[in-house]
Amino acid sequence: MTSVSDAPPAFNGRAIAAIYRFEMARTLRTPLQSVVSPVLSTSLYFVVFGAAIGSRMQEIDGIAYGAFIVPGLVMLTLLTQSIANASFAIYFPKFTGTIYELLSAPVAWWEVVLGYVGAAATKSVALGLIILLTATFFVPLRIEHPLWMLLFLVLTAVTFSLFGFIIGIWADGFERLQVVPLLVVTPLAFLGGSFYSIDMLPPLWRTVALFNPVVYLISGFRWSFFGVADVGVGVSLGMTLAFLLVCIVATGWIFRTGYRLKN
Amino acid sequence: MPPMTPIISVSGLSKTYASGFQALKTVDLEIRQGEIFALLGPNGAGKTTLISIICGLVNPSTGSVRADGHDIVTDYRAARAKIGLVPQELTTDAFETVRATVSFSRGLFGKGKDPALVERVLKDLSLWDKRDTQIRRLSGGMKRRVMIAKALAHEPRILFLDEPTAGVDVELRQDMWQLVRRLRENGVTIILTTHYIEEAEEMADRVGVISKGEIILVEDKTELMRKLGRKQLTLSLQTPLAALPESLAGYDLTLSAGGDEIVFTYDTKAERTGITALLQALGEAGIRFRDLNTSQSSLEDIFVSLVRGRS
Repeated sequence: MTSVSDAPPAFNGRAIAAIYRFEMARTLRTPLQSVVSPVLSTSLYFVVFGAAIGSRMQEIDGIAYGAFIVPGLVMLTLLTQSIANASFAIYFPKFTGTIYELLSAPVAWWEVVLGYVGAAATKSVALGLIILLTATFFVPLRIEHPLWMLLFLVLTAVTFSLFGFIIGIWADGFERLQVVPLLVVTPLAFLGGSFYSIDMLPPLWRTVALFNPVVYLISGFRWSFFGVADVGVGVSLGMTLAFLLVCIVATGWIFRTGYRLKN
Repeated sequence: MPPMTPIISVSGLSKTYASGFQALKTVDLEIRQGEIFALLGPNGAGKTTLISIICGLVNPSTGSVRADGHDIVTDYRAARAKIGLVPQELTTDAFETVRATVSFSRGLFGKGKDPALVERVLKDLSLWDKRDTQIRRLSGGMKRRVMIAKALAHEPRILFLDEPTAGVDVELRQDMWQLVRRLRENGVTIILTTHYIEEAEEMADRVGVISKGEIILVEDKTELMRKLGRKQLTLSLQTPLAALPESLAGYDLTLSAGGDEIVFTYDTKAERTGITALLQALGEAGIRFRDLNTSQSSLEDIFVSLVRGRS
């Protein structure tokens, strides 16, 4: 009945490519919303804090304030865009019902994740690089460890795209889709040292800040630019990898049990 | 007559949702290779749940399913590669073009690009002229065609059509029936659920009836109609009657409201239908008739009586 040539591939790379292309095409259809809007809104920070009032503010760790905030702002955009891209990408098929096709296709869960998260992370990394390029028009910028910078950029984009993917599966309405990014991630990013070094905080609040996972992301990323960090770069890398691992395990559990997908 | 090999085997399948609702009790079912199988049942009977489990959309609570010999859980890649699904709801990616969404479906099932095949599928479904149109600009009937095209893009051997002609016009319904027949001629097994009983009567080789999560009957369609079908003989009288005479009390007769027709209901599978005796008794009672005709129960009548009998 089943010939060898009929057998499906053990690795469905074509499905990953199909999902990836589909998602990238969605972005290219909406350049204003997907690219211009986040770049413009982040650039406004550079204009205000870099070119306008940055020169009147004190340097931090010997770095001009306008330049100091660049890694934090890139990270802020990276976190919010990764979550938004990936959560919407999987939530929308759930909302419209087109997810039936994904669930009925000969695709492993990790192939689905690779397609969606890969596309979301690609968009976020591209945005991060565009924002970095834009920043150079407004503030003097140097990157001491470019490979580390790219590593943190990619790792953070992948991790938070995966986190966004989980949110998209968990959400059962558009409001829930927004709850975590707006009420949790954005405050954590603002309080995680985007605009200041946590060393500037009183000891008690510095300790409290260390419970904020975004501190480690921004610290590591900023270190790759200027060679200074709030916490050791190894710790930053470890925390990022740990969060990535948690997200991978959670995603695997979701598909294994069919949580919010098949029950 | 299609071969008897089962291409789908459902064994001890049940589904209880988290809410506690038991959509499927223990279901056993075999679909034969190359047949058109119509699954009939009232709303909420479990048709869509059964299809959803077989296609991988819903996890079963117990039981197993094999598609073309492959377990749908442990060997899901091989099983799903054989199956195409057209769900009941019109769910499409509104901003994609027709050609892009069909190509996407093919890729999702691990098949390489094949523009010639996509073109053939679109032409078969009268979608070729709309190939570069965004789906949101299509009519409901056209969207239904797109969903069928997507399901056919990976050349499935088994095709599930969940209410394929719900809400479509007569012309499109005829087109779809033709398409289904062509697919069957090419060896594709078709499982369709429908509310249009005439659709099952027109298309199906076999019929399954599901009610309250249980398969209550699976039967060859013509055999089903032969076994369960009741025939009626209608006699148009020359002179209307006020009442049936006592001498005809032993027959299952109904006098029409105007008294100008007698309807005799009889069982086609009975050894003797009683028609000869009835006609003789009518003659002896002095009742003359000017015309007669017979009619057989439709599949719809059978379906309604089956489901009512269970409720």
